[in-house]
Parts: sequence; structure tokens; C-alpha cells
Amino acid sequence: MSAAATPVEDGASLLARARRRLAGDRPARAGMAILALLALACLLGPFLTGHPYDRLHYDYPATRPSLSLYPRPDAVRPALDRLALRMRVRAEDVAVTPEAVRLTLVADKPVDPRVLTFFARSDTFGEARILGRAEDGRRLTVEAPLRRLRFLAGTDTLGRDLLTRTLVAGRLSLALGLLATAVALGIGVAYGALAGTLGGRIDAAMMRLVDILYSLPFVFFVIMLVVFFGRSVALIFVAVGAVEWLDMARIVRAEAQAIRRRDYVRAAEALGLSTAAILRRHVVPNLLGPVVAFAALMVPRVILLESFLSFLGLGVQEPATSWGVLIADGARSLESAPWMLVVPAGFLVSTLLALTLLGERLRVALDVRA
Amino acid sequence: MLAYLLRRLAQSIPTLVIVVTLSFFLVRLAPGGPFDLERPLPAAAMENLRRVYGLDQPLLVQYGRYVAALARGDLGPSFSVRDLSVAELFSRGLPVSMTLGSLALLVALVLGTAFGALAALRRGSGLDHAVTTLGTFALTVPGFVVAPLLQIAFGLSLRWLPVGGWDGGNPKNLVLPVVTLALPQVAVVARLARAGLVEVVDRPHWRTLRSLGLPPRFLALHALRGAALPVVSYLGPAAAGLLTGSVVVETVFGLPGVGRYFVDGAINRDYTLVLGTVVLIAVFVLVLNLMADLLCALIDPRLRDFG
Amino acid sequence: MSLLALRGLTVRYERAGVTALDGLDLDLARGETLALVGESGSGKSQVALAVTGLLPPQARVSGSVRFDGTELTGLKRPALDRIRGARIGLVFQEPMTALDPLFTVGHQIALPLRAHRGMSRRQAAARAGELLGLVGLRDAAARLSAFPHELSGGERQRVMIAMALAGEPDLLIADEPTTALDVTVQAQILALLADLKERLGLALLFITHDLRLVRRIAERTAVLRAGRLVETGPTGRLFSDPQAPETRDLLAAEPAGRKGPVPEGAPVVLEARGVSVAYPGPRRWLRADAPRLAVAGIDLTLRAGQTLGIVGESGSGKSSLGRAVLRLEPAAHGLVRFEDRDLTGLDRASLRPLRRGFQPVFQDPMGSLSPRLTAGEIVAEGLRVHEPHLSAADRDARAAEAFREVRLDPAWRHRFPHAFSGGQRQRIAIARALALRPRLVVLDEPTSALDRTVQRDIVALLRDLQVAHGLAYLFISHDLAVVRALADTVLVLRDGRAVERGPTDSVLERPREAYTRALVAAADLAQA
Repeated sequence: MSAAATPVEDGASLLARARRRLAGDRPARAGMAILALLALACLLGPFLTGHPYDRLHYDYPATRPSLSLYPRPDAVRPALDRLALRMRVRAEDVAVTPEAVRLTLVADKPVDPRVLTFFARSDTFGEARILGRAEDGRRLTVEAPLRRLRFLAGTDTLGRDLLTRTLVAGRLSLALGLLATAVALGIGVAYGALAGTLGGRIDAAMMRLVDILYSLPFVFFVIMLVVFFGRSVALIFVAVGAVEWLDMARIVRAEAQAIRRRDYVRAAEALGLSTAAILRRHVVPNLLGPVVAFAALMVPRVILLESFLSFLGLGVQEPATSWGVLIADGARSLESAPWMLVVPAGFLVSTLLALTLLGERLRVALDVRA
Repeated sequence: MLAYLLRRLAQSIPTLVIVVTLSFFLVRLAPGGPFDLERPLPAAAMENLRRVYGLDQPLLVQYGRYVAALARGDLGPSFSVRDLSVAELFSRGLPVSMTLGSLALLVALVLGTAFGALAALRRGSGLDHAVTTLGTFALTVPGFVVAPLLQIAFGLSLRWLPVGGWDGGNPKNLVLPVVTLALPQVAVVARLARAGLVEVVDRPHWRTLRSLGLPPRFLALHALRGAALPVVSYLGPAAAGLLTGSVVVETVFGLPGVGRYFVDGAINRDYTLVLGTVVLIAVFVLVLNLMADLLCALIDPRLRDFG
Repeated sequence: MSLLALRGLTVRYERAGVTALDGLDLDLARGETLALVGESGSGKSQVALAVTGLLPPQARVSGSVRFDGTELTGLKRPALDRIRGARIGLVFQEPMTALDPLFTVGHQIALPLRAHRGMSRRQAAARAGELLGLVGLRDAAARLSAFPHELSGGERQRVMIAMALAGEPDLLIADEPTTALDVTVQAQILALLADLKERLGLALLFITHDLRLVRRIAERTAVLRAGRLVETGPTGRLFSDPQAPETRDLLAAEPAGRKGPVPEGAPVVLEARGVSVAYPGPRRWLRADAPRLAVAGIDLTLRAGQTLGIVGESGSGKSSLGRAVLRLEPAAHGLVRFEDRDLTGLDRASLRPLRRGFQPVFQDPMGSLSPRLTAGEIVAEGLRVHEPHLSAADRDARAAEAFREVRLDPAWRHRFPHAFSGGQRQRIAIARALALRPRLVVLDEPTSALDRTVQRDIVALLRDLQVAHGLAYLFISHDLAVVRALADTVLVLRDGRAVERGPTDSVLERPREAYTRALVAAADLAQA
């Protein structure tokens, strides 16, 4: 063969090259690893912490994060005293072992065994068992196991386990981020591709609309929307998607137009390809890179926007929770329980950072020109 | 030039009309009203109130009245803060928000350009990476996380600065809100300035300038003017970002600004206050965008086709 | 003693593993013109950058560059800045981008005057005006306040030269100063450089890929290939008696030979009458400006096996005409007949089945291949439309066949376009057109982005394919040398109108119109 020299490189497909570039890219790998861990934790974590996310622990309001088990030995006696007060008895002969507490309930009248349900209802003790009675039931010797609890990330002011709540909140934030991005992606790509492909006056009109919408203070519209039409997750989702599609539409339209002006599209037209075939085989595949990269960067923005709304008290409502809600709670208890801010904020920030990192590396990896 | 300015202003009128219309009907179609209290008012009193505020009229009539009043510059009375008009509320809130916003913008422009220029000068160095990395942090960590953290650090632990409040615009009270507001903007400006400088330096004309053996001050003029373009075009989006940020900052630091009014107004169904705020913000963003465009044309002669 | 002396100049890019210049020895005396010739990648531009200390930071330089007794390699910034811009002036290729778009022309010319000659702003402005006059810019004083985008390419190049001369240098380095310009402008700039050199007693280092320019301007010529000096000597001797095979190869790269005659009674393939293209004017507030007529009433007739060369400078409407013939130009009017079908008024759908008969090849070998498809898919794409009954394997076989026909290894058809060089991509584009077995191919500057040696091969390929398949070519080009080698008849286009037409030899050798004469004179065709 005469045509000089061999090709200058091996010529794998762009996707294959992008995949190879990403795999060799340490920041991108780190981002992916962090995201995978976070997603896994949010999905499975709530089953492993041993706490339902909405269970209130009255004995442990605003407990600081720690690895140790509760109750602490020195906390058993005060808890017992509080319990005794509510049972209208005195606690005597208290003996605390690491697993259980044994004591005698003393009262002026015979002690009604039904008061023992107070034990089970408390956060410190389990089901109590009567070991013996004396003085016509005025002295009741009972044994109750200690409820051994661990709050790795502490509890909130209502005594709910913060780690469980944060992980459950993460499910919502992540799901919302992905879904709203998908919505924005769908609308934006369809709108942008249509405008860019049709061109001419329709395109001008469509983009004029986008320009007008773009110059609106959109976050304020979203706030209005959620305030006036109730604070449901679905609405937030629509609102966020409605804001973000504008960017997508602009990008897709600009790219579609640029691609349509390329000689390879002209050549395809000269080959006799129909408009639909040109769109399918030439325009859409070449749009993919910028769209994917932009979508990856949209996910953290959506999560941020949701958190922002929730932070203002306009987003997700109790008992459902999201990171924004938790951070708002934390900001209110700043002085007494700073971990209530730090823990969810840490999760939110690491998610945002990982997503941003990944998105930016993806953009580089998918760049045709690079 | 003047014609261009007038035309641009005229072009923004449809945008404003859309903003007003959309907001008006959005607000009105929502369930609930400004006089829905915990305990319902007697029917007669309610009727009376609605008549006084013109809420008994058909919606379209109300819309017409509102737009007509707006055209005269009348934003109407506030529903939630009795005896005060929306304009009066703004005259109290705007100085607060404007002070915060302009200070933050100033900080962002000065620091951002400085950081961006440093990073661009030492491209690929540790400093460059540090600026880029810190920028990513500043951009991703949201204001509602930064603000409480600053409160913990400088207000509660170190006790250097107050954790909140306005205190008549005491500079000490301004520090933390302005820092919170400026932080992401500093990052964006730094990024834009760096990218702008790097792009200038990569262009063929830079090689021409260097081939002339010019002293650094000559080169700096050309580099900065080239890099100013993306920074200046960012003014509009920056304004929007600052507005959004001010809602958070005013909430966290308990400042009596306009952003706070908006959220409260929305919650209290204060129709006129919400609409007034939206109009105010829209005008503000439009004006800043226009200013950015004019500045860009000043910097770049190729954009001076005002035809 | 020579003004500029390079000894063993070597430039390496360690990370890329590239040696751009390899032990270059070169001398340039005062007042002498030396041409440095080479194809892309020969390292010729690296010389200009190495001399002026403008190489990118990752470049490793060794050897010696002595300018008037001063060693320039390793020279620190302030000392270097006293030489470049002051004693060495540099003119670059890109007239579009080599000037700062944000500053007036006057400001930019004044820069070296203020920096090196200690002039005040006012003095510098006055001198800048004189310099613009010196480089032959009309209405020089008024042009001082113009911005680069308000000037034409040729005017910008004059401004560049004025800037380079502002410091009153001893040496002017011109790196492809005319490559991006139209031929007539090219000739003017070249004349200007020669004139300035005489008047100011400059030494000129003229860097180019174009041997024809060399012959006109240089006393001595040095040929570079792959970073090495291949041959150097007096220009006349180098042309008449080249020693190195590389030099001979470069000289032989001039497209030569003539096309054979069109067979008697060949059928008419294309007939166009009154083809016009009118682009709508820029949209203003509520009204549109008058439409711009890019092509104004052109008639064409083309027979099988015939090549019609469409010649014109940028903006002459030649590409619009090509698109109009292909029915790819929505703004086109006029009658187009292809073989026995009238294409006028056919809508897209009814045009589609006919399209296989007439195919385009575009100029930009980067932009004309979709980066997401393999070369084989690109070549076989038209078969999906026109021969839908073919199986994937059949299509692939046809693609392989087309690859062989354009002399590419069929095994490469599974690679993506970015893996190929410019010349290889152009072959793929030709293969794509050929796969449909068309009767007419519209070639829009197919060789303009390629090096001369690659150009020669593509021209030979096109000629062979024409004979083998009896193709009719509409060959659009600004390059008269290539047109002469390929075309039977020539149509000269200017501002959308036909200036002159006729058999190639008579038009190029005995042009009747002044414009054609200027074109031919500027092209300076070698005798062949």
C-alpha cells in the first residue's frame, strides 16, 4: 500500500479512550470510590446502625458522637432515679452490672407490677423481671437488663440517632439529585436538540424564550413554588428540574448547531441520509460527550439546590429528612451540639466534592479535542 | 451607544412583564391567603379586610391594577407588616442587602483576580494547584454550611466577632456575612481570571508581544485586559449568585435584609411583598447584565457593534 | 562575520520524546536573505522561536545561537529583551490572531518604540504613522486608531511587519508570512518584504513551505527535513542542481503533468444555468439588510471524464457554487441538471435517491469525518441508504474495496478518524465518495490543507480514479498549480461572477482579463 506511514495512533473509539483516560486518572477514581461508598452507606447503612431513623431517645438528647456504649455506668443511677420518680417509688439496694441492674422498688403502698412497663419504655433499660416481693408488695425486687446503645455520630436534640438520620437523608438527597438531573436532561436535550436542528425562526423563538426564562431570578421562583404549593418532595423535584433544564438546553443547542455546520454532516447529507438518520448517526453521538459531562456536574448542583430549600425550611418536611433539613437543625443547635451540623454537612460536602471532581474529570476525558 | 442602551432597556421590558405576570398568577393561584391565621377571623371581618385590600375583585382586575400601580413605581402596601408599604420595607432592607452584596462583590473581584493571576503566573506549580483545589472547596461547600461553621469558629470559640445581628451596620457584624457571601464568588472569579490569563498567554498575539521584547508592565496591561473579559461577563451571574446567597446569609446571621423579607413574605402569603421582591431582583439582575455587556464592549472593540 | 550563526542548535521535547531540531548549523550575513524551507513538522518554525527565546518552557535547547557576537541561548530576560523587538524583528503567519484584538493598531506599533527607543506616547504615535506609510498601508494616519478586526488579512500582515520594523532591527525573521493570504495579496507582501530589505539593509530569514516563494525572494536556501539540515546553497543552484534526495523530492512535489483529453462524445453529466446563491443580510432590529450575492448567475457544463477547475480567491463564492451544484445550499437558485434529471425544485426526499450520482470531497480533512464512526463505517455509510439490501458483511467488503482503491490498507478501516494523518483522512473522504460509484465528484479545495508532497500523491490518485471510472470533476481551488495539473477547463470566479473561462492552458498561459493575469502572475507557475 502506498499511502505512506501507518496511522499515527491506534484509533480506539472515543468512548474507549475516555474510559481508559478515566481509569488512569487518580482524582476521578477517588471521586468514584467516595461516591460508591457514600451511596452504599446510605442504602444499607440504616439497617446496620441498629436505630430506626425516627426513634426518639428521651434519655439521650444531644448526645455527643462516641464509640462507647450507652448507658455509661455513672448515668444508670440518675436514669433510675428519674424512672422511680415517674413510677412514684424509691429505688433502693441498687446493684449495677455491665449487663443489668438489680434493685428494690420501695413505696408506701403496695407497688403495682404494671409500673414495670416504665422500664421497657425507657431508653436505658429493657423488660424488667420481678425477682421477689416483700412487705405485702411494698418492696419489689426487680432486675432489668441495660439497653446497650451506641451513637457513633451522636444524637440530635430529640435524641434521634444522627448517623441513621444522615444516611436516610442521604438516600433522599441522592435520589433527588439523580432524578431531577434526569428530568432536566430529558427536557433540556429534547428542547435544545430540536431548536438546534430545526434552526431558523423556530430556533430563534425557542432560544428567546430560554433567554427570558434565564434572566429570571429562578431560585426565587422555586421558593415561591414550594411555599405556595405545599412542600412535597415531588414539587421540589419538578421545581429543581425546571430550573436546571435551561442550561442543558443552551448547551445542547449550541453543540447541535456547531455539529450541523461541520463538513461531516454536509457529507452525510450529500450521501443522501435522511434528517432523522443524520440526527441519529452524527448529531446525537457527537453531543454525548458534552451532555454527559454537563449532567455529571448537574447532579451536585441539584443536590445543593434541594439542600438550600430544605435549609430554609421550604423543602422536605418531617419526619422525612434530607441533608439540608439536618444542617438547618444543626445550625440551630450550634452552641450545644455542633456535631449536628458537622455530620450532615460532612456528608453533603463530600458528596458534592466527589461529584464535582468526577464531573470535571469526565468533561476532560470526553473532550474530543484533547 | 445611547440608542443601544435604550434598546437594551426596551428589550428587558418583556422579560419584566413575564416575571410580573408569572409571579402574580403563581402567587394568587396558590391555596391560602394572607389573612389565614391560626384562628379564623369572623366572616364579616375577613370580608372587610379583603375589600380594603381589593382582594374581592376578579383576579384579572387585580392584575391590571397591580401592573398599573407598578408602572407608576407603586409596589403597594404590605399584607403582613401592617401600616407599612412594600417600598418602605425595602427602604429598610435594601441598605442592608446592598451593603453586604457590594462588599462581597468587591472582595470577590479583588481577591479572585489576585488569586487567579498568581495561579496563572505560576502555572502548574504547587500554588496553582492549591488555588484550584481551594477554589473547588469554596465552590462546593454551600453557604449554609460555611456560615454556621464561621459562627462556631469566630463567634463561639474565639469570640472575635458577633455571631449575628445587624447592629446598625457595625463593621464587626459585617465580616462573617460578607465572607460567607464572597467565598464562592472569589473561587469563581479566581477560576475565570486564571483561565482568562492562561488563554491570553496561549494565543498567537501573546507570542507577537513577547517577540517585541517588551518590559513586564506593558505585557501586564495586555494580559489583564484580555483576562478581564470573562470576569466582567460574570457580573450578571455573580449578582444572581449573591442574591441567592443573601437569602441564606440573612437567615443564618439574622440580618434584616431583602432576602429575608422574601422568604418571610412567601411564608406569610404577603402577596405584594413577594411580588415586589421578585420585581426588584429581576430589575437588579437585568441592570447588572446590561452593565456587564457595556463593560465588555468597553474592553473588547469587537463587541462594540451596537447596531 | 555573519550576523546570525547557529551551531549545533538542537531543540528537544523530552516528555513527548520529540527532537524538533537536530544539530542545526546555519549562517546569515548582514543584508542577506536566507530561505528556510521544509514541510510541516520539519522544525523550520522552531528555528525562529529558538533564536528569539520564544520556545515553550518544556523545550530543551542545546547548541549555540550567536547574534552579532552575542550568545542568545541561555540569555536572561532583560538582556534578551534588549535584542528581540529591537535588533531582531519577527513576523508570524497568522494575520488573524497575531495582533491583540483589544488594542488599536497604533498602540501596538507604538509598543516597541516606547520600550526600545524611549519615545513618549506622542512621539511613538507619530512614528507609528510613518511606519504604516512605510509598509504601504493606505491612509496610514487614520489607520492608527483602527482595531485589528477592522483590517483585512493583508493589511494586518503589513501592520505586523511595521511592528517588527519599529525597533529598526538588523534581522527580520518572517515565519510563513504569506501562507494564510490570497495569492494576489501574497505577491504584494512578498514585494514589500523584498523592497524593505533593500531599503533598510535588513538581513531576512524567510521561513516557508512554498518553494515558489523562495525562488522569488531568497539569495540562499536551506532545506530542512525532520529537524535536520538537508542541503544549503545559492537558491538558483539548489533549484537547478539539487544534491540531496529530500530536496529533489520537495522540488518534484510541484504538481506536474497534464490531464489527458476528454474522450470524444462523452455524455454531459452536469448542466447548470444561472446558478445564484444569495445569503440573507445580517438581521438588524426588526429588519434585515439586503441579501449578499455570493454567486451571481453562473452557467456550467461538465462531461464524463472532464474536469472543470473553479478558481478564485477567498470570498469569490467558489465553495458556495460547489454546494449549490450539490444541492446542499438552501440559499441557491437556478437550474441544475444532472445527467437526464432536472434537480431544480426537487425536495429533499426526492433528491435523496439521486444523490449517489454526485458526491463531495471537502477541504478540511479533520472536520469532514465524524469522530464517532470508524473509517470503514464512514466509507460504507452511503451504502446504507442506496443499497439497503447489502448485509453488514457486504458493506464492509465494499468499504475494504474502496480503501484499496484510494491506496489505503483495508485493515485500517476499523480505526477512528483521529488515528489518521491529514493526507490519509482525505483519502478516506475520497473513498466515501467513491463507494457510491458516482459520476460526478465536487472537490472543494481537497489538497489545500496538505503538504506539497502529500498533495502530489492525492493529485495523482484523483487523476487515476478519474480515468478508471470516467468521473467528472468539479475541482474548486485557489491553487493554480494544482488546477493546471488536473483541469481541462477553467472558470475564474471573482465576487461570485465568472471573470474568464476556457481551456486550462489558454487561460493560464494567455489570460485575457486583468484579474486573471494578476492571479497567474502571483501564482508564479513553474514552467512545465
